[in-house]
Amino acid sequence: MTEIRGLYTLWLREVKRYLRDRVRIVSSFVQPLLWLLIFGSGIGSGLSALHNFLPPGVEYQQYIFPGIVGQTLLFTSMFMGISVIWDREFGFLKEIMVAPISRISIFLGKMLGDCTDALIQGVIVLILGLLLGIRFDVFVFLEILPIMVLITFGLVSVGLIIASFMENLESYGVIQSFVNLPLFFLSGALFPVRGSTVPNWLQAASNFNPLTYGVDALRTVILGSAAQPLYPLYYELLVVFGFDIAMIVIGTLAFNRRK
Amino acid sequence: MSKTIETFDLTKKFGDLVAVDRLNISVEQGEVFALLGPNGAGKTTTISMLCTILKVTSGTAKVNGFDIVKNATQVRKSIGIVFQDPSIDDRLTGRENLYMHANLYGVPTSEQKPRIEKVLKLVELEDRADDILRTYSGGMRRRLEIARGLIHYPKILFLDEPTIGLDPQTREHIWAYIQELKKSHDITIVLTTHYMEEADKLSDRVAIIDYGKIVVSDTPAQLKQTLEGDLITIKTKDTEKLSAAIANMMGIRGTHIVNDNVEITVREGKMLLPRIVDLAAKNNVDVESVSIREPSLEDVFIHYTGRAIRAEGSSELRGMSAIRRRAIR
Repeated sequence: MTEIRGLYTLWLREVKRYLRDRVRIVSSFVQPLLWLLIFGSGIGSGLSALHNFLPPGVEYQQYIFPGIVGQTLLFTSMFMGISVIWDREFGFLKEIMVAPISRISIFLGKMLGDCTDALIQGVIVLILGLLLGIRFDVFVFLEILPIMVLITFGLVSVGLIIASFMENLESYGVIQSFVNLPLFFLSGALFPVRGSTVPNWLQAASNFNPLTYGVDALRTVILGSAAQPLYPLYYELLVVFGFDIAMIVIGTLAFNRRK
Repeated sequence: MSKTIETFDLTKKFGDLVAVDRLNISVEQGEVFALLGPNGAGKTTTISMLCTILKVTSGTAKVNGFDIVKNATQVRKSIGIVFQDPSIDDRLTGRENLYMHANLYGVPTSEQKPRIEKVLKLVELEDRADDILRTYSGGMRRRLEIARGLIHYPKILFLDEPTIGLDPQTREHIWAYIQELKKSHDITIVLTTHYMEEADKLSDRVAIIDYGKIVVSDTPAQLKQTLEGDLITIKTKDTEKLSAAIANMMGIRGTHIVNDNVEITVREGKMLLPRIVDLAAKNNVDVESVSIREPSLEDVFIHYTGRAIRAEGSSELRGMSAIRRRAIR
């Protein structure tokens, strides 16, 4: 019981901090909007040959929409890692570490709190999509949510793990873009990663990217019958789930280190 | 009286640096115990090990009867700590910080509100409790941290440099809280400090720590008494010459050169002072000023270590703090 309460407390703290940071919430609109509006319409209209790659009847903007949702989850999740470094720099981490609750509760509390923040960002992008004319109904929305939850668990954990090894904000910033961009570009968010014209190395690399499965699962649900899934949905969700478990275990171990 | 804390050859090494070297101290139930030493002496490292946030290299300690290596969680439940560096969430309000702490320590929900109101009152922060921490001054944050450390009714409260970086007025204020705590709560307090007055004023017993070792440990009064006599301080540019000149004088118990001063421990200050000044004049030593007083803990420190506690450079603090920051994740 104490553990659950401690976990809840840490979760609440992350969410409160996030909701009080208005700049972050407002700025969360901007990036996805730029990708969808400028990149999406620019590339979509400019390169008509691209449509040969896309599933029939799917516009480019529609196609990348699930990818941009995935990207938002990826970028915000990774950004959350900064909170670990902040907590260490500003001392609050010591207050948590000296508390009589288990390391797994500390990790889970922080992770779930950051996931909640990332999910709020994800939902904002979903609403943005509706405003831009991408159509999906309430039932699809209810299917998207749990998939987003699954995706953020693993990604937030990766951010927390990396941050727990970093000395300062600057080096985390550098590592963050090293992780963000390859995962994003190799996930099939912006273009199909399967097909005869896609280089073999790129196809192979995307296989090792957990986000590939997450983005494809989102796309399968959002585009519905028009989608051409890489794998069956249950298989993709299983892969993402396995990734989550592995990252949570590693994260708990990383938080358990003492010198 | 029973022992609340007992260490057994407690040792911490950071690479080649021995920060705490086979430390053996014991703290009695209900007393205020001060670890006094310069920056980098190993005070915070010792406390961090006792609080189980730093692994011990060798040796161990018992805190409230629990082994810090084997029963870390039990130890954590029974202690409160105010860290040297701030450790509050500055994006939350004072009250939110306190509720968070109460929940982390499993304080029953029904008891949280009365306890929090009580500690807020103790540190006189009721009016500001719902303000975001960012708007607090350094002294207010410190007071809130002390309040926070008390919410779960710890048997031991650790205060790591409780008044570092605070102005004299706030320092007096915090001293008053600590003295009030000792009276009103059945609590053992362990504090570290490099301020002599602080150790002198607050503690029942002082352990002087230097280079990770306990140099001497006793009540402040007893420690000062070991110097037995008065302290004459002579300010001059010719410190070496003066200390050589008086080296063979009768009645002198010890001479130390600290910066531009020669500090002379003597049995009878009033009798010896004129003769020392005389001798200085005969040896062409230009005496700028002379003072005579009873010894303070500072003098005890100088007596045992041969140097002033404040002579330590601030660079050393940075070095040790850097190690500590890396060590506590």
